[in-house]
This record gives sequence, structure tokens and C-alpha cells, in this order.
Amino acid sequence: MKGVLVDLTKCIGCGSCSVACKLYNDNKWVEDRAETGGPRAQLCDANWTVVRQVKLDKDLNALPLSEKKVDAVSGATDSSNQVWRFVKTQCFHCAEPACVASCFAKALQKDENGATVYYPNSCVGCRYCMLACPFHTPKFEWEKPLPRITKCMFCSGRLKKGESPACVSVCPTNVMKYGDRDELLQEAKQIIAKSSGRYVEHVYGEEEVGGTAWIYISDVPFEQLGFRVMEPKNPNSYPLPRKALPHWTEPYMHWTPILGGIWGVVLAGLYIITRRNKVAAEKNASSQPAANG
Amino acid sequence: MFTDMTVPQTYKTESGLFHLTLNSYLSFTVGFHDWTFRITPLRLLMLLTAAAAGCIMLVRFVVGLHPPITNLNDEYPWGLWKGWAVFAGVALAGGGYGTAFLVHILHIKKLEPFARRTLLTSLLGYILLLLGLFLEIGRWWNFWRPFVDWGHASPLFEVFWCVTIYTIIQCLELAEIITEKVFKFLHCIFTFIFPAVVICGVMVPSMHQSTLGAIYLLMEGRLTPLWWSPIIFLFFLLSSLMVGPAMAMLESAIAYFTYGHKTPLPSMRLLARIGGGIMLVYLVLRLGDLYLRGQIPVLADAAQHLFTPDNIEGQICLGEIALGVLLPILIVFSPLGSTYIGLVLFGIFGTAGVFINRMDVVVVGMVHDSGYWYFPTVMEWIVCFGFASIGLLAYLFLVENFNILNEPEHHG
Repeated sequence: MKGVLVDLTKCIGCGSCSVACKLYNDNKWVEDRAETGGPRAQLCDANWTVVRQVKLDKDLNALPLSEKKVDAVSGATDSSNQVWRFVKTQCFHCAEPACVASCFAKALQKDENGATVYYPNSCVGCRYCMLACPFHTPKFEWEKPLPRITKCMFCSGRLKKGESPACVSVCPTNVMKYGDRDELLQEAKQIIAKSSGRYVEHVYGEEEVGGTAWIYISDVPFEQLGFRVMEPKNPNSYPLPRKALPHWTEPYMHWTPILGGIWGVVLAGLYIITRRNKVAAEKNASSQPAANG
Repeated sequence: MFTDMTVPQTYKTESGLFHLTLNSYLSFTVGFHDWTFRITPLRLLMLLTAAAAGCIMLVRFVVGLHPPITNLNDEYPWGLWKGWAVFAGVALAGGGYGTAFLVHILHIKKLEPFARRTLLTSLLGYILLLLGLFLEIGRWWNFWRPFVDWGHASPLFEVFWCVTIYTIIQCLELAEIITEKVFKFLHCIFTFIFPAVVICGVMVPSMHQSTLGAIYLLMEGRLTPLWWSPIIFLFFLLSSLMVGPAMAMLESAIAYFTYGHKTPLPSMRLLARIGGGIMLVYLVLRLGDLYLRGQIPVLADAAQHLFTPDNIEGQICLGEIALGVLLPILIVFSPLGSTYIGLVLFGIFGTAGVFINRMDVVVVGMVHDSGYWYFPTVMEWIVCFGFASIGLLAYLFLVENFNILNEPEHHG
């Protein structure tokens, strides 16, 4: 499975990736849609990837000595604890995606590189995928009379040609690295280990909902950046499931036809037994034999 | 039959095929051959609502789902239509298979009066469901796709197939009644296949009623834990079974007030007690599940702050369980459960309880995840009431023209 390692400490929020995404996927700029950059940046039918700006208070004194009092990204000093971070957002391309399990027409499928690809010709537009996705990624073309579901498809066409996704290829600060997912995971762990406390001790996407192709490292806790996390500190947030979501539906869908079949046999048995009793009772009640159907 | 002040006046065409009878100033009966349909002001209103819903449907197919048609958006992909037609509608229609099980599989003679009327409401419910689903899907011209591209990992796939198959099965069951009056030469065929049809007609809906709940298994961490549960499919199955008797009580009330048809009290009491028993099992499982997942404190908090807006989801959940499950149980197993009034109250609260449960899962349970309250547009409401009107009018027409309310004349 292919993957991308996103090092959020390197992102300067220039938005090149969101432009490259629009160009490669031929997504026109739409005036009244959510922005692709800035604090209100949001995925929508026209934006398959966005860079969301997060302003937060960071304890700069907790940084290692070499970086002390100067924040690496924004240059903030300890006189102002507010720092900026930029969160590149797109489909995480789960190893076991809930959207693929939710689709009853096979309009969402994983390809050989691990990209979750949408096939509009099969899509019924039921929007179950939008509810099943734990990251709120699939969006819908609400404004169109003949709408589609839209989402990042990992530039699956480029991946098949051996190229990296469009957004990765244009990044001027090398925030993203494309490669084999398991190798990238090892690399991410090495970066964290070597950083002597600069990074949060967690690779986001390693275990989340059974693992994702896009993995993130950061120097700020992921929850503060607006990520859904498995053990949220905010009591109002629901935890992100650790287990891949299809693990709920797979056994259910496996056992239902079997139990249904057994139930059918039981029903037939009950039908025959109670009918025999009924016919016998009717025979006893009147000397005439009961009319058979 | 009519006790109006004016003497009925009938007008007929020369051939005598069409006829119109004035019953009073407000009510008349239209007829064709030996089919009749009475028009009253209320029925006229329902016809108008249905027509309005039909117009909105046509507009929706042309312009899409965005405002002012619906208030759905990326944060709220499923709303009133999905909740009303697909989740609540199917549950209420679930009365058909439960009663079919008791009457046709277990051959409980006492419950036979309910068999035909619950079958009819169930069939109408499913036809409206399919219509509603067609209206609701964004790419409606692709509705046939799941028949070709088998997304068999999806619970929705099973629901879609089972609902389609079960609708056909119910048509066959209804054909057995219809052919008593028209196409009589086919009646023996439908009577012959009836046992097989009835067995499938209990098996198939048992599967998809629970699978309808399994749809929400994937919404772990998004649906409020008050409603999300690893055994949500069991709750959906049990509640679809327990709403059947409640619906049957309401239908008996309608049959009495509209046609003066009295259903025997012992039959009603037996069916209601079966429903109450299933409700008891449901209540114990539901509370046990909430306890194990640590949700009882949320309900306790809601009970302590009943009139403050802090914990609305908890309050709604509490109300749903207390008024929609506990209260009907108390009614049916108290002396009140041996009276017509008590049984109709059981029907009202039991039906409303399951209806509200489905709307809670689809709409209220997703408020936390979306971060705001979705409220449907006027057009969404009109379509829902239009659908309900179509169902009611079809029910009334079929009851007035076929032998639905009475026991079958010659059936083993």
C-alpha cells in the first residue's frame, strides 16, 4: 500500500497543493464555496484538498533548548505564545475504508495502490458514504441537478504511472513525502525519535480507524489542530474509533444470510406443525374434513 | 350506511359505468362500475397534499436537492425524507410480518382479524418507502445500479434487495385477497403458493429490519452513544416487531371510527400483550446496553434538568424510552389494557415511540456530530405529509372496495 507522510511542522500554508489539486482534477474555482486556505478552509465538492490555518497557544518553553523562545514555523517568540500551524487536509485513504464498506453499488473501491476511488457511473447518490466516513471526507454536489459524490482520489491515475500525487509533487517545502506506507511509517517514527521531544510522540494514521495511507507527524497535539483523535481531552468530543469500522459490518453481513436461512427453515417447521394441529382441531370440531386451501 | 341529513342523490351516465352520489353538502361518492370512493373535506385535503407532494417531487428531479427543496448539506446528508420514509416508514410497515408470523405461521386463530389490514398497511408502507428512496437519492437515474454492481459488504445492499423482494412478496399476498373479487380464475394459484409466500414473507423482513439498524454500525463515533450501540440491529429488529401490534390497535380504531367495524376485544388484548412483551424485552436490553456503555448518567442528568436546554439529546432519549416504551408497557399490563381506550392509548404511544426512535437515530443523534440542528424545509414536510396522505387514501380505497377488515371467507 502506498502512502504519504505529512510533516506538519514544515507547512507554511502557501496553498500550492490545493491549486495543483484543482488543476489536475479540473475542479473549477467556485465563488460561494468554502475557502481552500485560511482558518475557515473546508473540504467541499469543489475543494478536494485544503490547507486549514490553526492559531493556537503553544508552550514555547517546552521546546528543546536549540529552538527555545523562537517557534520554527511562525517565528513567534515567547513574548507571544500564539503560533500558526497549517493542516493539509484531504481523504486519509484508510486501509479498511468505511465508505467502501458502506457503498451498496460498488461506487467506491480501493485500487492496487491503496487509493479509494469513486466511480460515479455506479453511484446512486444515497450519501451513506458521507455518514460512514469518520473524517467527514466525501462531499456532495448539492447545487447540481445531476450531482456526484466528490473526494480526493489520491490522484490514482498518476500513481498508476508511478508518479506522486499532484499536491505532493508541487509542495515547495517538502511537507509531504510519497512512498511505501510501511516504510514511511518507520521513517516517521525515526524522525520523532531523533527530534528529542520536538514532535508529539504519535504518528497520526498509524492506528486510527485501523490505519490510514496518509500519516501525519506534528509538534502540536493533533486534537488542538482539529483532528479527530482516539482519546480526546475535550469531554464533548466523541473518540475516533481505533478499530476499522467495517469490522462491525463484516461479521454482521456474514452471519445475516446464514441466520436468515436457519430462520426460514424454523418458520417452515412451525408452519407445518401448527397447521397440522389446526387441521386436527378443526376435524375434531366438526366431523367434516377441513377444506384444504 | 350514511346518516346524513339529506337524502342521497345518485347521478349516473347513460352506460351506468360512472356514477356520483351526493351524501351531504360536504361529502360525495364517486363511482366507476362497482368501485366506489367517498370524498369528504378531510380526504380532499389529503388529495391536495398528495398532489402538492407530487409537484415537489417533479421539481426535485429537475433541480436537485438544494434549498429551497431541502435543507440537507454536507454536514447533514440525511434528513427528514430518509428518516421518515426509509427508517420510520419501514418500521411502521413492519407490523405486517409480525402479524403474518402469528396468524399464518403459528396459526393463532384469535388474531386473524388483523392479518389482512396489517398486510395492507405494510404493503402500502413499502411502496411509499421505495418511492421515497427514489425521491431521496441524489442520482435517481442510477437507482437500478445495486442490482448490477453488488456492493454486498454494505448493510444497505441487503436492505435494498430485501425491501424489493418483500414488496413483491406482499403483492403476491395481496393478490390472494384481490383475486377474491377480480380475476377470480387466478385465485387458486395464489392460494396454492400462499404457504411458501408467507414463510418468505416473514424471513425476508426479519433480516432487513435488523439490517436497517446495522447501517448505523458504521457511524460509531459519529452517532450519539445514546443511540449508537454495537447491537443497534437487535433494537431495530425488536422495535419493528413491537410497533406492529401498536399499529394494529390504531388501525382498529380507524376501522371503528370510519366504518363502525368493531374488532373483538380479546383479539386486540392478546395482540397488544404480545407487543407489550416484546417491548419489555426491548426495554431491558436497551437499558442494559446504555448501562454497560456508561450512558445512564447522561439520562439521569437529563431527568434532573428536564426543563433546561443543556442536554436536549438526553431529554429526547429519556422521553422516547419513558413515553414510547415504558408507558405502553404499563398500560397494556394494567387493567387499562383490557379496555378499548387503553389499547388505543397503547397503540398511540407505542407507534409514536418507535417512529420517534427512528427520527432520533437519523436526525437528533447526528446533531452533536454536525454541530448544529437541522430543520427540514416546508417542502420536505409537504412531501412527507403527501406520502402519508397517499398511503392513507390508498388504504381507505382498498378497504372500502375489498374484503380487508373482515376475516377471510374461505381460507385454511
